[in-house]
Amino acid sequence: MPLTTHLVHQYLRHDKKFPHVWCPGCGNGIALGALIRSIHHLGYNRDDIVLVSGIGCSSRMPVYVDFNTLHTVHGRALTFATGIKLARPHLKVIVIMGDGDAMAIGGNHLIHAARRNLNLTAIIMNNNIYGMTGGQHSPTTPYGMRSTTSPYNHIERAFNISELIVTAGAGFVARGTVYHAEMLHVLIEKAIQKPGFSLVEIITHCHIQYGKLNQKGTHIDMMKWQKDHAVTVEKAQKMTIEELKDKFTIGVITDQNLPIYYDEYEKVKQRAQLSEK
Amino acid sequence: MQKSDHKKKSKKAYCIKVYKDWCKRCGICVEFCPKSVLVQDESGLPIVKNPEACIGCGLCEIRCPDFAIEVKNKELSFDPKSKNADEK
Ligand SMILES: Cc1ncc(C[n+]2csc(CCOP(=O)(O)OP(=O)(O)O)c2C)c(N)n1
Ligand code: SF4
Ligand code: SF4
Repeated sequence: MPLTTHLVHQYLRHDKKFPHVWCPGCGNGIALGALIRSIHHLGYNRDDIVLVSGIGCSSRMPVYVDFNTLHTVHGRALTFATGIKLARPHLKVIVIMGDGDAMAIGGNHLIHAARRNLNLTAIIMNNNIYGMTGGQHSPTTPYGMRSTTSPYNHIERAFNISELIVTAGAGFVARGTVYHAEMLHVLIEKAIQKPGFSLVEIITHCHIQYGKLNQKGTHIDMMKWQKDHAVTVEKAQKMTIEELKDKFTIGVITDQNLPIYYDEYEKVKQRAQLSEK
Repeated sequence: MQKSDHKKKSKKAYCIKVYKDWCKRCGICVEFCPKSVLVQDESGLPIVKNPEACIGCGLCEIRCPDFAIEVKNKELSFDPKSKNADEK
């Protein structure tokens, strides 16, 4: 796929400071590249896209790209996105959140956005920690790991984001990694095309906070870990529970057609108008 | 035209460019290149050591977190400033 960089540069805001703010080797840039490729490949006009984010390292993505963008407040990106989508249903609304943003302070918004099947695409950068604020534990920090707020090892178990959102009722859920960057833009493309609520959980690394506190090595070591521990959904179906013990699945986890909030809302409006006549 | 000539011409050649100002010397492109085309200099900057080994897969481009490496098909004389250059 040569010329990808050339393509990505066409979507960047060159009046912003580059190189961008992320630490050397951080996965946020890889995911941003995948997102740009998927939007380009689907043929959207850049003015048809709204990129909404909360606060965190990953939430700085919209700052750098020339779409309609909204950098909101921590935990509330989905609420802003809901408003945009209901007011301007023709726009494609994509929401970027960190695991802290989406699962801790914004956890309630996330499960209800999925349950309502709002016509939004959510992308969660799961690096198992609060990167921006100094490595506090998040709801996806695994049991027994260290963070600056669990220096004697974490005593809580982690949420599995994708499984939680399947259970919450989303029509489309996929998981990828920044190591598997080629697969990533395919998953994002599928999510964007899916009517209703779609989620892409991206397993990424924060080598600066999580990696350092847990002796996970460099960003390269952490990307190798992603490579070694990810198993495609198809392959996982042929593996035993024992074989899958320290693995996670990548690919499309669920894809189903469910009633979409906006369509249902239009029907309610029609019913109400009829009963008034 | 001799056969060997023909062979030479049909082998694709790629030109790899690194945007030095954007590169943060993370080494991802070097580490994960399937053909060991790149090495890092003392500062960590990727250097094209074996250009003829490059297969143009573009993996270095899509894994570069800083959009700082570009792989071009040598036969395709494209203008980086043009807005219509195709992705492929
Ligand atoms: C209401 C509110 N609470 C707390 C904060 C501080 N804060 C900023 S970013 C952040 C967490 C970042 O972690 P995550 O969402 O996982 O993103 P990452 O930086 O890891 O990409 C927190 C707690 C804030 N900005 N606003
Ligand atoms: S602190 Fe972690 S998440 Fe934030 S830019 Fe650095 S590596 Fe990335
Ligand atoms: S295009 Fe592929 S083979 Fe060529 S330098 Fe990049 S990763 Fe290596």
